[in-house]
Amino acid sequence: MTDQVTGPDQFTGATPDNAIRNADREERSGPMLAADGRPLKQSLNRALRAQKLRALALIAPLLVFIVITFILPIADMLFRSVENQIVSETLPRTVVALEDWDGDGAPEEAVFRALAVDMTIAAELKEHTRLGSRLNYETTGISSLFRKTGRAVDDVDELYVDQFEDLNEAWEEGATWATLMGSEDWIEDRAEWAAQVEAAEAAQDAATTAEEAIAAAFEEPAPRFELADQARAAFPSAAPLYSRFAEISQVENEDSLFREEPWPAVYEALYADLLAEGGEGYQGPQADLVAEAAQAVSGFETISARDAFADIDEDWLDSDVWGTIQAFSDPYTAGYFLSAVDLQLSPEGVVAQPDDQRIYALLFQRTLFMSMVIMFSCVLLGYPIAFLLSNLPMRTSNILLILVLLPFWTSLLVRTSAWKVLLQQQGVINDTLVWLGVLADSNRLELINNQTGTIIAMTHILLPFMILPLYSVMKTIPPYYVRAAKSLGAKPSTAFWRVYFPQSVPGIGAGCILVFILSIGYYITPELVGGTTGTFISNRIAYHISQSLNWGLAAALGSILLAVVLVLYYLYDRIVGIDNVSLG
Amino acid sequence: MPKSDRKNGEKILLDMQAEDAFVQFERVQKSYDGETLVVKDLNLALPKGEFLTMLGPSGSGKTTCLMMLAGFESATHGEIKLKGQPINNIPPHKRGIGMVFQNYALFPHMSVAENLSFPLEVRKMGKSEREGKIKRALDMVQMGDFGGRRPAQLSGGQQQRIALARALVFEPELVLMDEPLGALDKQLRETLQFEITRLAHELGITVVYVTHDQTEALTMSDRVAVFDDGRIQQLAPPDELYEAPQNSFVAQFIGENNTLDGVVSKLGSDSCVVRLDSGEEIDALPVNVSNVGDRTLVSIRPERVEIDPDLGPDAHTLNAEVLEFIYMGDVFRTRLRVAGRDDFIVKTRNRADQVRLKPGQKVKIGWLPHDCRALDI
Repeated sequence: MTDQVTGPDQFTGATPDNAIRNADREERSGPMLAADGRPLKQSLNRALRAQKLRALALIAPLLVFIVITFILPIADMLFRSVENQIVSETLPRTVVALEDWDGDGAPEEAVFRALAVDMTIAAELKEHTRLGSRLNYETTGISSLFRKTGRAVDDVDELYVDQFEDLNEAWEEGATWATLMGSEDWIEDRAEWAAQVEAAEAAQDAATTAEEAIAAAFEEPAPRFELADQARAAFPSAAPLYSRFAEISQVENEDSLFREEPWPAVYEALYADLLAEGGEGYQGPQADLVAEAAQAVSGFETISARDAFADIDEDWLDSDVWGTIQAFSDPYTAGYFLSAVDLQLSPEGVVAQPDDQRIYALLFQRTLFMSMVIMFSCVLLGYPIAFLLSNLPMRTSNILLILVLLPFWTSLLVRTSAWKVLLQQQGVINDTLVWLGVLADSNRLELINNQTGTIIAMTHILLPFMILPLYSVMKTIPPYYVRAAKSLGAKPSTAFWRVYFPQSVPGIGAGCILVFILSIGYYITPELVGGTTGTFISNRIAYHISQSLNWGLAAALGSILLAVVLVLYYLYDRIVGIDNVSLG
Repeated sequence: MPKSDRKNGEKILLDMQAEDAFVQFERVQKSYDGETLVVKDLNLALPKGEFLTMLGPSGSGKTTCLMMLAGFESATHGEIKLKGQPINNIPPHKRGIGMVFQNYALFPHMSVAENLSFPLEVRKMGKSEREGKIKRALDMVQMGDFGGRRPAQLSGGQQQRIALARALVFEPELVLMDEPLGALDKQLRETLQFEITRLAHELGITVVYVTHDQTEALTMSDRVAVFDDGRIQQLAPPDELYEAPQNSFVAQFIGENNTLDGVVSKLGSDSCVVRLDSGEEIDALPVNVSNVGDRTLVSIRPERVEIDPDLGPDAHTLNAEVLEFIYMGDVFRTRLRVAGRDDFIVKTRNRADQVRLKPGQKVKIGWLPHDCRALDI
């Protein structure tokens, strides 16, 4: 601060200036030590720790509240803009099989096989419709394709089911499959459980009163299926699939495995296993059946999964559908962000959206442009008012300030609706202008349901946010600066522009940031008075959140909006300096 | 009091021909609310090159006078003339008067050099000429190295030097200063007092200086105008103001002062006798009394009182009792009970042979008649 030793006023005695100089000097000569020899900073920190902890305890409830109800949901929402696990979770086998696909024409048979298995499971869990909706954002028509396929997927491998059952009726029985695949322990446990169930049923039949029947009831669930090791070894693809089937049947559907015939896809898998390995190594209870089947499979009729899917819907041969699945098979995607800037991820890479679907760049531009216009209108209208307020006597300025704040006490909807009344073509303003003869009756101004309406209404609504910071900054500018400027020979206008105005810039900065950031995310007013040309990006975000339910795209749009605001804030900091922002 | 005012005004107008006056207030009145006058009938003229201080308690109208001269307030009545021209209707920025404010009023968003450049820029001065003047002005207040600093990076004393340089850089003939040293500590204030007077004399500028600090007024000024209640109570050089106060306000406002109440019992042309309320009689110089029987306030400076005086047979003396003795280094301050009052102060120089009085001691005090002034009440 006052470290210069060349200036005048250099008293050696104790003056306030010298005290500051000494303090400066001491600060530069290495760390100060406290009485006990520790660095002073450390001692100070220790002394202040209790205070800091107390302060933290005071804000802790609010902090926890904000983190749980505000920051975490926002973070989760923003995460949705890149999250895309639904494809790889719903179609895990297909996604792996599709890795080698070159994107030309329909993929090979193995991919369709994997799809048959994935679709069977997805249909069983009713997840295929969700995936269909998700992929429909990228390529229209996929939603109905998935729905249709989900209903018909069991037909794909029906041929194998028939052939196994023709070979031996035992394949029709759920029990056959359960004993084929289940481990010995499980089969024993299950038998025991079945016996208990039977005994309980008998007791219930014998019961004469309701109480007895309830007492006799046996409600333990069946023991959880366990895959036999030898089945796993003998049927490398059918065994895991059956295991998955067992899990879904028992857990999701609560069915008894002994009564449930497995999915056709399991028959197909067993067929493939038997064809490849011949069921060697299997010594379990159904060994005879397996041996019989192993001999017969070579004579089985086969069907191409590809043809079967093509039968369900021709679209499965369309490379666009497969391109979409492949493009979105990663657990994270830039797709939402690309959509948000009118691009899309196609099999050929990133390309522009078709002309008729490009709306977001326009909306972003419009949002930024209109926010700027609103901000400047607020400065133009607010600055003189704030100037007047800060120069009036306290009593008068307080009354006027209440008038400025009055809109805050009125509902936003009421204010916006009032503008509708004023601005519409048959509204107050047009009527008055026509009555005064300024306008011809046929030539009424279009003041609402367009950009003009949005700008007028939002300038009005956001004006207090400009006036208040301006006022509080201007209030702190003492009148003697302008007087000094005048006494130095400056005209009143020069005194204002060169002395007063630069000192009010922090208020303008604060007001501009406030108004701009508020308006860039404003929703309700553009929705009501903006029509089609005066809506903001926020209206589109709201549409995706509440109507199209494309939350990923809404999150991407929101993230971009956030990034734009942060970039502008950064630029503002570089150009004007954030220290120059003051709310008073 | 009105009587003495009139006398002051007349005296000045007599002393100085109207065209000689550099600054002149003629019957100026000022009211803010239309009900009370803050400045009542002000008449004041000062010649070129004078250092005039307006001294008075707060609310006495001195700052209002300064603001009217600067043009920030308009006179409700009367005329203010600068170099013989009325300036009532000239806006402040066209008056060409330099001004130093109490809070320095350095523009915080400009560097020191830019602050100094401001009055030159608004006068459309060329860059090289500006730079020369700025450098000279900064050197003048010994702040040559500080041109690039911001006001916030300077100490109070340094800021005041810059404010002074800024008021002088455009070479005004008249500079107004509104309590410029009020915010500084004592040592710095004394240094700057000296520098301001030095600069004023070197540059030959006319200065109107407002303060409520009487020491400042006495040490710096050619003449001091003591303000009270919207009027000039006395306008005189410092020594005259101290030694010959024209009324009891000035006597009590300037310096330390002992007062005694009484009635004029004998009145001559250059001496009178006052009978105090306690019954004792003293000699005094009649200043503001006109008739025998008038009530008067007698004023004596503490350093003019003599203890156990030897003043000749006719002189009146008073009995006093020592209440308190205060050792102040260069002087002794003794508080006495005199004529029924407990606040009578006597100051004696610390000399080797000076008697140090003890509390309770009874003494006699007296003074030369012309040191004791019989004033209005």
